[in-house]
Amino acid sequence: MNIGTRKILDRSFTAVGIGSIIVMAIALMIVVVPIVTNGIGAVFFTGTIEHRKMLLNEFRRGDSENLSSEVASSERYRANVYNMLTGFEAELETMAPEKKAEYKGKYSQVRSALQALLGPLPGDSAPMLTRSKYGQTRWEKAEEKLHDLLYESKWDNSNPDVMSKEYFVNRAIGFEGTSLVKLFPYVKDNLEKMLLPEFTVYWGFITDSSVDSHFFGGIWPEIQGTFFLAIGAMLFAFPLGVVAAVYFTEYAKPGFLNSMLRSANSTLAGVPSIVFGMFGLAFFINTLKVSESKSVIAGALTLAIMILPTIIRSAEEAILAVPKTYREASLSLGSTKWNTIMTVILPAALPGILTGGVISLGRAAGETAPIIFTAAVSVGSAIGLADVFSSPTPALSWNIYNLASEHEAASQIRHVQYGMVLALVSIVLLLNLSAIVVRARVSKKLKG
Amino acid sequence: MTVDAKDVSESAPVQKATRDIYLPPERKKISGGDTTHISAKEFSIYYGEFEAVKRVSADILSKYVTAIIGPSGCGKSTFLRSINRMNDLIPSCHTTGALLFDGEDVYGKFTDEVLLRKKVGMVFQKPNPFPKSIFDNIAYGPRLHGMNDKKKLMEIVERSLRKAAIWDEVCDRLDKNALGLSGGQQQRLCVARTLAVEPEVLLLDEPTSALDPKATAKIEDLIQELRGSYTIMIVTHNMQQASRVSDSTMFFYEGVLVEHASTAQLFTNPKDPMTEDYITGRFS
Ligand SMILES: Nc1ncnc2c1ncn2[C@@H]1O[C@H](COP(=O)(O)OP(=O)(O)O)[C@@H](O)[C@H]1O
Ligand SMILES: [Mg+2]
Repeated sequence: MNIGTRKILDRSFTAVGIGSIIVMAIALMIVVVPIVTNGIGAVFFTGTIEHRKMLLNEFRRGDSENLSSEVASSERYRANVYNMLTGFEAELETMAPEKKAEYKGKYSQVRSALQALLGPLPGDSAPMLTRSKYGQTRWEKAEEKLHDLLYESKWDNSNPDVMSKEYFVNRAIGFEGTSLVKLFPYVKDNLEKMLLPEFTVYWGFITDSSVDSHFFGGIWPEIQGTFFLAIGAMLFAFPLGVVAAVYFTEYAKPGFLNSMLRSANSTLAGVPSIVFGMFGLAFFINTLKVSESKSVIAGALTLAIMILPTIIRSAEEAILAVPKTYREASLSLGSTKWNTIMTVILPAALPGILTGGVISLGRAAGETAPIIFTAAVSVGSAIGLADVFSSPTPALSWNIYNLASEHEAASQIRHVQYGMVLALVSIVLLLNLSAIVVRARVSKKLKG
Repeated sequence: MTVDAKDVSESAPVQKATRDIYLPPERKKISGGDTTHISAKEFSIYYGEFEAVKRVSADILSKYVTAIIGPSGCGKSTFLRSINRMNDLIPSCHTTGALLFDGEDVYGKFTDEVLLRKKVGMVFQKPNPFPKSIFDNIAYGPRLHGMNDKKKLMEIVERSLRKAAIWDEVCDRLDKNALGLSGGQQQRLCVARTLAVEPEVLLLDEPTSALDPKATAKIEDLIQELRGSYTIMIVTHNMQQASRVSDSTMFFYEGVLVEHASTAQLFTNPKDPMTEDYITGRFS
């Protein structure tokens, strides 16, 4: 091959390499950017007075004096709304029956849109659900609800050949000629004064429990559950895995049984995680009865079984990578095999073993399927350390799925979903970063 | 426990042939160095079917330096590593015949190879300090054998490093990682580490082949220093080195011990034509 061809080959390979890295980076950005921006919105956002009321009532947090003066100022503007409502209700009574019926339907829509925006209105019975006790707590949501108040959404299905199309009708037009027509421009112009939006930093999103299935509050139970499950899995899998790796590398005699065990281990590493979930239910809960039903311990054990093969394999590799000369040096000094393993081989293999361990920890934190049947509940409070043997726990991975797909009001709590995703991604990332740091530090110590 | 420190006088009486090898009239006798320390009798070593060392019979006198020379692959390392049973690490390796250490069978049924290795220290071809501090490297052996007193450990470390002629170079950085030392220093550290266990025998397998000439000279000086205190066996492919440092020399060829004679005689007046061919460089 002449120099020219070689150069062209080298260049084109470089170009392809750089190109694929750029594509990867773009794909990563497309995934990560919305997660980060939306997730951060769970903590940093423009909160309304409703958010501050909620914090004071549900979490006893905030300055009650300051809040009551805010409430007073907000109520001054809200009073006009209430007056318009009572005025229109009086007007309704004077109408002819069929007209009254027509307006009553439209009016109740207006009322519920207002309830969503501002919270319970005078004359409402005390709401049962916490979510109905407050208006919109986030300003961007309030703007959406304002739109719902101002415009009625209708569906155009005149043409049966195409999908129906949504279109909006100005509600004010429906109330032309009544006193309520003034309400719409008033709310539109004075919404800020009624809701008093201000920039809010809500760290409680990380440290609070949720209120009314994630309508308000934070995700601490999920974060804690994730840690309990991942660390619990590690407590079982790490020692067991390292011992197994030592057995495989140092003690096992080559032979049929040994190669069977090894290939079983490799196969296990490739089993889909849902299978581990089913196994965990069948074995740990139904057969061993480690707990009555779902519990942290059952989930941790299931996750442990799932990550065990990876830990064994990485520990094996780390041990095999220890130079043979260390072993020889130790044995030649009159060390026993056991001592050699404990004082020379394992310390030298430690960076590799730890790396494998922490990566497995990240995997245990992120997996959903193994805990569905064994440990996870959709909504719950943070459990104490003593309850791990009997109680299930919410966990980030499972609740992300649950909130996105099974929650009855999934579309209203997007910020919580993104917040959870960001929390989980951060935890896994942090674990992997710490693995890198630990590895670097231990290797540096070993290399001198 | 069979390989125990016996009263040396109880050991097998030194054969006249052995005495001739180590104590030709012109050489000065080393005090206490007139007992057979290691003795091979029709000793063979196999890797599976392959006989790497063939029916070797030889006596090694204590406190003297014995060199093993021969072309590469002739079984020098295999023979050396059989003395402290490092060959046990190779599953296919087995032996026939007898190898006696202080009159006890090294491959006897009840021999404790861990105790044996404590008495028969080894330094390898490539310096292999542990990735630990210099202090911890030297203290590794004593700690293994139950020494935990900090002050005594320090004494042992200093004594061993001094014996290995490296104390002056490392005394101000005992807590530094041993891998930071130069190759020659690392090798002397390995000698010190072996000495810290207070062995009776020192096996050196081409200890200078990975070192530069200056470091090699230091190791050779060190061997001269240690001569008379330890029974030393050194494998080398460098014949000058063998003639410089050893009292007697064994020449191996294809697993056979061709000639074992006093170093002076082997290099000036070899009995076997094969030895002569080798030392005159007709093959290597
Ligand atoms: N682990 C082993 N397995 C099988 N054969 C080996 C092994 N180690 C060495 N041998 C063989 O034994 C013979 C002697 O090797 P060795 O003692 O290392 O030679 P030397 O040290 O004299 O160069 C060589 O033929 C080598 O191929
Ligand atoms: Mg060799």
